[in-house]
Amino acid sequence: MDLTTLTYLVVGATFAVYIGIAFWARAATTAEFYAAGRGVHPIANGMATAADWMSAASFISMAGLIAFTGYGGSVFLMGWTGGYVLLAMLLAPYLRKFGKFTVPEFIGDRYYSQTARIVAVVCLIVASITYVIGQMKGIGVAFSRFLEVEFATGLFTGMGIVFVYAVMGGMKGITYTQIAQYVVLIFAYTIPAIFISLQLTGNPLPQLGLGATMADGTGVHLLTKLDLVVTDLGFKEYTTQKLGSSLNMFLYTLSLMIGTAGLPHVIIRFFTVPRVRDARSSAGWALVFIAILYTTAPGVGAMARLNLIDTLWPGGVMTADGALEVEQRPDWMKRWEATGLLGFEDKNGDGRIQYYDDSNPQTVARAESMGWKGNEMTNVDRDIMVLANPEIAQLPNWVIALVAAGGLAAALSTAAGLLLAISSAVSHDLMKGVFLPDISEKAELNAGRIAMAGAIVVAGYLGLNPPGFAAQVVALAFGLAASSIFPALMMGIFSKRVNNFGAIAGMLGGLGVTLLYIFWFKGWFFIPGTEMAANNASNWILGISPEAFGAVGAMVNFAVAIVVSRMTAEPPVHIQELVESIRVPRGAGSATAH
Amino acid sequence: MSNGNAYWRANLRLLSICLVIWFVVSYLFGIMLFDVLNTIQIGGYKLGFWFAQQGSIYVFVALIFYYAARMNRYDREHGVEEE
Repeated sequence: MDLTTLTYLVVGATFAVYIGIAFWARAATTAEFYAAGRGVHPIANGMATAADWMSAASFISMAGLIAFTGYGGSVFLMGWTGGYVLLAMLLAPYLRKFGKFTVPEFIGDRYYSQTARIVAVVCLIVASITYVIGQMKGIGVAFSRFLEVEFATGLFTGMGIVFVYAVMGGMKGITYTQIAQYVVLIFAYTIPAIFISLQLTGNPLPQLGLGATMADGTGVHLLTKLDLVVTDLGFKEYTTQKLGSSLNMFLYTLSLMIGTAGLPHVIIRFFTVPRVRDARSSAGWALVFIAILYTTAPGVGAMARLNLIDTLWPGGVMTADGALEVEQRPDWMKRWEATGLLGFEDKNGDGRIQYYDDSNPQTVARAESMGWKGNEMTNVDRDIMVLANPEIAQLPNWVIALVAAGGLAAALSTAAGLLLAISSAVSHDLMKGVFLPDISEKAELNAGRIAMAGAIVVAGYLGLNPPGFAAQVVALAFGLAASSIFPALMMGIFSKRVNNFGAIAGMLGGLGVTLLYIFWFKGWFFIPGTEMAANNASNWILGISPEAFGAVGAMVNFAVAIVVSRMTAEPPVHIQELVESIRVPRGAGSATAH
Repeated sequence: MSNGNAYWRANLRLLSICLVIWFVVSYLFGIMLFDVLNTIQIGGYKLGFWFAQQGSIYVFVALIFYYAARMNRYDREHGVEEE
């Protein structure tokens, strides 16, 4: 069977499962639509959370990012996992005890302020929309690369699938499809990784293979060899190359952790478990399922980089006749050249492709002495490291088909979670909470479905016509969540003294400095040409990149909220009692009735 | 209410310990002491690199389960567990 047919079969089978679940898990009440009836087992919720969290970026892009940033990529590994520690200890159990449906609802109730609730809704919608556009793009790309259909056709198919299970089933339908999607994506990710680790090191576990010796009989450690070949080619040493300064890496990691813990689409998953103690353990299970992919990714990145270099330098790196001959290049290179993710140019016309770092003066001097006229691999897209991995390692076709299904599962599951966060903010916080407090449950459920359908259409439109901010997911979504939502939630639980004025001033202050810093270097509202200063390390304050600034915004939020609260009246007694009550698990059952 | 306060203090103490470990394995070992720890080699891994790309994640998982187990015990000891 040819690859395209096989891919259609595998992807079609997974879609049939998702649709089947949609019919089985329909939502009949608002509690089911918003929180899956609060009956999800903590391990099942952990799995759903893992799929909810691991996006197209985690699945397709992260290993490639690590492959080319080496140690610097640790920022993403630690940042996108360490946030679960904060979530499990500082937020999830207490918000579950609170027992409502949305994140803005907690902020509005705890700070007895519609203004605070609306600020939270705006932050939620901007962060989630930014994030969902990336998923839409991921769906379109996966379809067009693997199934050879138009980007738009792929996007509409993906939207149609999400529409069926998210509109019918709400959180209930999304939860059970996310569990299925987790299974698909984790197999798709780990199977090629196991094969490649076996080929290179003889050890089936990439977590151990990364630290093992090469299977080629030389006895050299894989990372040692990788360090040697990349430095030989003029690139920075893999295991020590940093992402800016150590301070930048510190704050970048902190911003991603705080942002992860503050992202509403992740938090609301913990509203679906029956008890407070389940919310605690469920965060642990979520991280177990996430860690399976996140501890595999560094192996995939390093091994794919090594495989790529081996392919391009079959006769030895930086040797006179060591480079790959154009005519001898493997089929997978030709296939991916057609997609624009790979490109070469034989600049010196010697019929070979020399790949090295031509921004490194020493390497350039060496290259010139051999008659090379610059790096000839003019385009190596990072995403190729995962997408073409099975082909580079010459794995069977069914593995390639599985990677396509896995990429789609990762994008669909995250998109659905984000769309639910958006639609519940619209139907529950804005409609029921602010504009139409008297609507019946049935009307609210219908409003939820309409909001979901509307959110899907908006996301699809923005996926087809991505605005400037779409590429800024890390800066914008994590910056907003870290600087506004996380501190407001944490202080709402851990301080009885922070009041409405403090919370609003804190959120606006944190948000203000973060957005100012991002816009300063990336343009006002990301409009090209409106940057106030070039976006490079010499202009940044203390070398802190805009993506790493969310942590500073969070500090500003905490400081402003505490100072303003001290200067104004303390919260009313019933609010202080509310805080006392969410701090203890007892009574969570009655809150469920809502 | 005094019982509630003792429970909350116990929670805060446990939380602080867990967050100190969380900080040490990622920020201290993975970033601030990275170069120092890299002088130690474990198999094919430099230690600082291992903490940054593998070790910190394993410790995060263990921390959450440890915290959850201890809190379940505190819930019962202080009589605030769910009915």
